[in-house]
Amino acid sequence: MLGKLDWSAIPFDQPIPLIAGGVVLIGILAVLIWVVVKGHLPYLWHEWITSVDHKRIGVMYILLASVMLLRGGSDAIMMRIQQAIAYQSQGYLPPEHYNQIFSAHGTIMIFFVAMPFVIGLMNLVVPLQLGVRDVAFPTLNSVGFWLTATGALLVNLSLVIGEFARTGWLAFPPLSELSYSPGVGVDYYAWSLQISGVGTLVAGINLVTTVLKLRTKGMNYLRMPMFCWTTLASNLLIVAAFPILTATLAMLLLDRYLGFHFFTNEAGGNIMMFMNLIWAWGHPEVYILVLPAFGIFSEVVSTFSGKALFGYRSMVLATMAICLIAFMVWLHHFFTMGAGPDVNAIFGIASMVIAVPTGVKIYNWLFTMYGGRIRFATPMLWAVGFMVTFIIGGLTGVLVAVPPADFMLHNSMFLVAHFHNVIIGGVLFGAFAGFEYWFPKAFGFRLDERWGKLAFWFTFVGFYITFVPLYVAGMLGMTRRLQHYDVAEWRPWMIVAAIGMAVLSVGVICQILQLVVSIRNREALRDRTGDPWDGRSLEWATSSPPPVFNFAFHPDVRGEDAYWDMKIAAQQQSLEHEVPEYHDIEMPRNSPTGFVCAFFATIMGFALIWHIWWMVILGGIGAFATFVVFAWRDHDEYVIPAAEVAAIDRVNLEERRNLVSMAGAI
Amino acid sequence: MSMTATVGRAHADPHHIGVIVEHPGPASKRIVTAYGFWVFLLSDIVMFSCFFAAYAVLVSQTADGPKGSEIFEQRNVAIETVCLLLSSFTCGMASIAADVRNRLWFYLGMAVTCVLGLIFLAIEFREFADLVSRGYGPSRSAFLSAFFSLVGCHGLHVSAGVLWLLTMMAQVFAKGFRADVLRRMMCFALFWHALDIIWVGVFSVVYLLGSGV
Repeated sequence: MLGKLDWSAIPFDQPIPLIAGGVVLIGILAVLIWVVVKGHLPYLWHEWITSVDHKRIGVMYILLASVMLLRGGSDAIMMRIQQAIAYQSQGYLPPEHYNQIFSAHGTIMIFFVAMPFVIGLMNLVVPLQLGVRDVAFPTLNSVGFWLTATGALLVNLSLVIGEFARTGWLAFPPLSELSYSPGVGVDYYAWSLQISGVGTLVAGINLVTTVLKLRTKGMNYLRMPMFCWTTLASNLLIVAAFPILTATLAMLLLDRYLGFHFFTNEAGGNIMMFMNLIWAWGHPEVYILVLPAFGIFSEVVSTFSGKALFGYRSMVLATMAICLIAFMVWLHHFFTMGAGPDVNAIFGIASMVIAVPTGVKIYNWLFTMYGGRIRFATPMLWAVGFMVTFIIGGLTGVLVAVPPADFMLHNSMFLVAHFHNVIIGGVLFGAFAGFEYWFPKAFGFRLDERWGKLAFWFTFVGFYITFVPLYVAGMLGMTRRLQHYDVAEWRPWMIVAAIGMAVLSVGVICQILQLVVSIRNREALRDRTGDPWDGRSLEWATSSPPPVFNFAFHPDVRGEDAYWDMKIAAQQQSLEHEVPEYHDIEMPRNSPTGFVCAFFATIMGFALIWHIWWMVILGGIGAFATFVVFAWRDHDEYVIPAAEVAAIDRVNLEERRNLVSMAGAI
Repeated sequence: MSMTATVGRAHADPHHIGVIVEHPGPASKRIVTAYGFWVFLLSDIVMFSCFFAAYAVLVSQTADGPKGSEIFEQRNVAIETVCLLLSSFTCGMASIAADVRNRLWFYLGMAVTCVLGLIFLAIEFREFADLVSRGYGPSRSAFLSAFFSLVGCHGLHVSAGVLWLLTMMAQVFAKGFRADVLRRMMCFALFWHALDIIWVGVFSVVYLLGSGV
């Protein structure tokens, strides 16, 4: 009846996950009760859960990422404490629990923090920057988000019901095969990634189509803001790489569920094939994450330097070069596995070549700042912090791209330090910069600068105190994933890293406080102009938060930095405006399709993990029924009358005229 | 006009590189839908290419089990291929019928497509059942794992296509040739033709090359 599920699945003997799970459960229940009692449920349902508005979906993505960041961060804190005290002792975590923690940490941070964060920002901003009303497929967008949420939910369920994988974040066989991992941990891993992977693919298709087919009038390719370019590159990579992950995980699951022999030791299975396939996805994945961050930095650096981006065209070229080369370097993840010197040399060179377009970008940002009027607002701080940190991460990356050096540093703490250096210093800093930068656009008020700067400095300093010692430990020969160790020289570095983690955590707390303080003072921080940073691209041309239709009429773009040009022109023409002609606007209707899909996907995923076959069939039928019901809808759009559009837009135009006249007076 | 339209620039192209064609604005729904679906199909083909690659890697890993030439039946594969290629033609007929709003020919074309698809699936199912009953199931060897996965994945796609086909017929029956129904029909046709292309790959890489070994 319930497959493999019984009471033994709940780890009564392990207090940490139980207490954590209990606290989370109480928290969720408390929030739910509060929502229902206060009568917020209809609002949440109509305005958020069923929303197909790209801005709302973007915000929900970022919210999901933030919550999961806290979860993945607690895992990190636990690991740092363990390694600080586990010198010639067992520490406080039993090995199998420790193995689950590092696997969950990697999986969560990549799939459920970094991915939703950048996809959320792209969702929120790209249609605004392109001057259009929504993404190409709004309902599909909602489906994509809710499937990602399903994956996150399944990972968190594994905390209390059953276990998570103990195989690292990429579940290498044969360890992840049934004979070595008979439990449900790897199944949790594979199904949550499979489901959220579909969500990611859907988002990728959506954004590629949006950028290529939905630009406003006059927005030629070489007038698109840099963030749109990096979004395009990143989503092209998603479309090309995520199917590889889907296929690879499908093969692993076939091995585990039906006794296939793709990656087994027996009957001719080929383990190297898993390595090739998973890294053919995994390496582009790194660029899927970091390219949007590059785009965010381009926007931030040019806005806060008060200058157009230096070398725009070379930036576009560098972005697309990275997009291409990302697929030619995957083999550097297994230099040490005996591919031979020729293959290693070719892939080593390809890996180093990526540093060239990345270097082009760094110089472009520096030259954008050179001679500019730089304002060190919080987003700019994150951008400058990124440049310093990422250069170090990039240099150590070139170091491990040299095959002989990699033989020494392979699987060591040096590697751990390197990729945290680029992922935190690149992706996470970028995500935070984007969060601070576009927050007023999404919610209509700015974030508190004082707490934002404190958060930056604690995170920045904490980051170095945490990860520089890991470089040293790696040079001293410490390998990754150690549950305990007996080498005295490593210990001081582990203690310093743990202290760094504490400083880093203060940064996170500051960021939470920043949010709390800003929401409390939102009236004082209100942005009425829609353009709090004196921005240059079209998202600042509409009000904050933008109306549901984004733009009352399609903007007409005449050059790079579309909104900047408009502002200059408005000043020069001494503020003579005609009233625009408004038309009715058709917008997609809200739809519960995404939520219902995810509901059935959760049921199916859970049932598959626990081999509850009747429930799998039920979920499958439900999913197909949802598809048909969605296809059967008659009215998927509603019309906003021109008069209403005019009324909403008039307020925005008025504020904007004040803004321009003020700037003109100066 | 808005303040945007008042910008008068001598050079829209600041770098004077060639003639810039002004972008006319967002594309029509039909184009956006078809374009998005093409992108999806490309991603689906990437997924298939992984199974093709796995097959190519594992084709000789028979673990003392049967080789391809010992289990493939050319006659069945020939019938399968004919069915699928013909179904692509009838699907094309149904698309044209939908474009000219001819219900009779639409239903006829779709029904024949459906029957041909089902025959294809039946033959494939019989081939699989036969192999399993002889002890040559996917868990026999890595070669057979890769074979069943690649061909089975295509079969799953055809099955999904048949479900979609029936939904399309029901939709035209209930709603007629509305613009959104026609857009979906276009996507379905693209999907069905793409399955054909993938089958040509399966046919060549698995059955033709496999029979020679």
